[in-house]
Amino acid sequence: MSPRLAFPRLGRKRASSETVAAAGPGQSVADQPVALEPMSLSRVSEDAAFAPSHGPAVAGPVAPAPQPAEVSVDPLAESLAKLASFPRAVLSWVEDDGYPVNVDVDIEVRLDEGIVRFSEPAGFHVKPGSVVAITGSHVRALPEGGFDQRRHVTLWGEALVRPRGRFALSPYRAWSWGETDLPMPAAYERSLPKARRYYRALSEERGEPVRPKLSKGMIFIRATRAPFLSATFVPVFLGLAVAARTGILDLMTAAITLVAACAVHLGLNVVNDVFDTIQGADDANPTPTKFSGGSRVLQNALVTIHEMSMLAAGCYGVAVVLGLVLLVLRGSPELVVIGALGFFISLAYTMPPFKLVYRGIGEISTAIGFGPVMLLGTYVVQSRGSISAEAALISVPVALLVAMILYVNEIPDRVGDAKAGKRTLPVRLSKAAVIRGFDLSAGGAFVSVALGVVAGVLPIPTILVLLAFPLAARVHAGLVRFYDNPYGLTETMGANVRLHLLVGLLLLIAYLATIAVQTLHGPTLFLW
Amino acid sequence: MPLGPYNGAATLRRLELEITLPALPYPIARLIDAALVGELTVVGPGGIPVTYPMVPLLWGDRIFLTSSVLDSSKIAHIKANPRVCFSITDMDAIGTFTGRVNIQCDARVAEDDLTAGWERLMDNWSRKDKETVGLLKARLGFPLIFERALIELTPRKTWLWPDGRTDRAPQVSVAAEVAR
Repeated sequence: MSPRLAFPRLGRKRASSETVAAAGPGQSVADQPVALEPMSLSRVSEDAAFAPSHGPAVAGPVAPAPQPAEVSVDPLAESLAKLASFPRAVLSWVEDDGYPVNVDVDIEVRLDEGIVRFSEPAGFHVKPGSVVAITGSHVRALPEGGFDQRRHVTLWGEALVRPRGRFALSPYRAWSWGETDLPMPAAYERSLPKARRYYRALSEERGEPVRPKLSKGMIFIRATRAPFLSATFVPVFLGLAVAARTGILDLMTAAITLVAACAVHLGLNVVNDVFDTIQGADDANPTPTKFSGGSRVLQNALVTIHEMSMLAAGCYGVAVVLGLVLLVLRGSPELVVIGALGFFISLAYTMPPFKLVYRGIGEISTAIGFGPVMLLGTYVVQSRGSISAEAALISVPVALLVAMILYVNEIPDRVGDAKAGKRTLPVRLSKAAVIRGFDLSAGGAFVSVALGVVAGVLPIPTILVLLAFPLAARVHAGLVRFYDNPYGLTETMGANVRLHLLVGLLLLIAYLATIAVQTLHGPTLFLW
Repeated sequence: MPLGPYNGAATLRRLELEITLPALPYPIARLIDAALVGELTVVGPGGIPVTYPMVPLLWGDRIFLTSSVLDSSKIAHIKANPRVCFSITDMDAIGTFTGRVNIQCDARVAEDDLTAGWERLMDNWSRKDKETVGLLKARLGFPLIFERALIELTPRKTWLWPDGRTDRAPQVSVAAEVAR
């Protein structure tokens, strides 16, 4: 070891056991989980096909990979065709001393014969009949540094002697990937099971848990999906605004209400991840995005189920304590009923035996929980139990749009959800019906406010929400265009979250303006 | 394997016979430093070669590679059998240099600090692979891309084709311990 190197002593521990599974009979490389190569996010893994240690030395020719019905391609022929695009390739074999050798060679791919021809490299001896690999690898060097267009293909077979010092390889196995084969996030997700196996094996080897050492704060934010707290802020602040307009705002109970509502929301998110993971829905999701598919902290091995359960218990514990404080300070039968309903919905959302979201009523329960329950709950804390028509009506657009957040976010998840038996509305309905459902709900949100103004229940400035209509139209357009493209839909999902927030902000601004003007000019201005 | 400092005089000569390898010969070190990508071949189960394109990172006279835990199969192969070879064959990915090389190595895997152990190679890595390193901005979104084991390659024997023509006999260098 060179003394001038500053690296720590490198471990010589051996893997305790299999970290990856061997390919089963008839299983081809092409249907293995996706790998991420060190230099890239890649498409196809050799993981199972070449698991270390046990298993047959070299299995015979593998069966063609299962292909979608509309595609009929022999993966070996496809890989041969890929290799044919490389004028040269790397020939690899293992010498008698146990070390492999790589030598660049000219190749000639005979697609009609299904073979690759090559010459024995000068100065080397390739043992006839030995297993060799031929790898074509490509990157494009960029003038500004770095590279792109990374792809490679490897074919394995026996080196068969041909006349004039030539060899031929009739491949029985292939492995290929290219950076354009699969979107990076999808490739990443497909590789997670392998990473978890790696951590499990390393933990066993060391006798202590090994996992990524990211900042606890960042993991907390991701695990609780805290950025989605806007869905709580909107109803709570609107409930307070409605109460304030009638002159009954108490800041201390308002703050307690806000914290309690946030705690329930964060607890709900964590519980949702725990039960979706236990029930297989999150693992079955091949295309999670930053808006859908859960927080993925369990899939990324950032935390354990136990830790997530403790986190959820902590969040609910805070919520329960603060709820009791509110009951002591502002107790009323209405508050008990609303609080219990909210608590039940948040737990029953994914928890067995209720599993509301698995039964196609997750959207409705979300609408109720993040609409009337939160908004009216906030209001009754301030009003000591009285429920106003205004608070009930203003909760309608909030409920409809928060349900649409879930509804739209379920669209890219629908394949995995269907596999896991999660019968959400996008799983049950056609594309046209789902988009129509969004249009009706978003439209209903605007109409409900307009009707409330016309009926004299809501103050006139709340009609400001119509300014958010173009954003709703944008979400509609995004759904039409990207319905079947999970990653293309990401921007639309973001716009949909902003739609809920924007409507909430516009309503809040309307209420603040109303309160300000009423304070100056009397209580009835801005009402019919 | 202890390797002494670079001895240019010994290694820059065109040699038809094996010589003792005092350190990673300069022409080879230069190729590795310039190469955007090379091929790591490990020995898989049953003794078959498995090849991975990888970015070589030179540190002193050692070659380092990094492997994400997302593609940990090569790590398992190396732990099971540390005999590997690393080659530079893509003449389009070595800048203005020419040459091809195959390096027989003993590999060791460092998994002590998967989260940050590789960061000391960051400058070298970001110079070669801006795209992957650029994903660091989204580390919380894709944390396991940057959970990486280090693979240290200690050269034993090298085959160099200075002009890249592998139809000609290579220059062969052997590490001192191997030669003994």
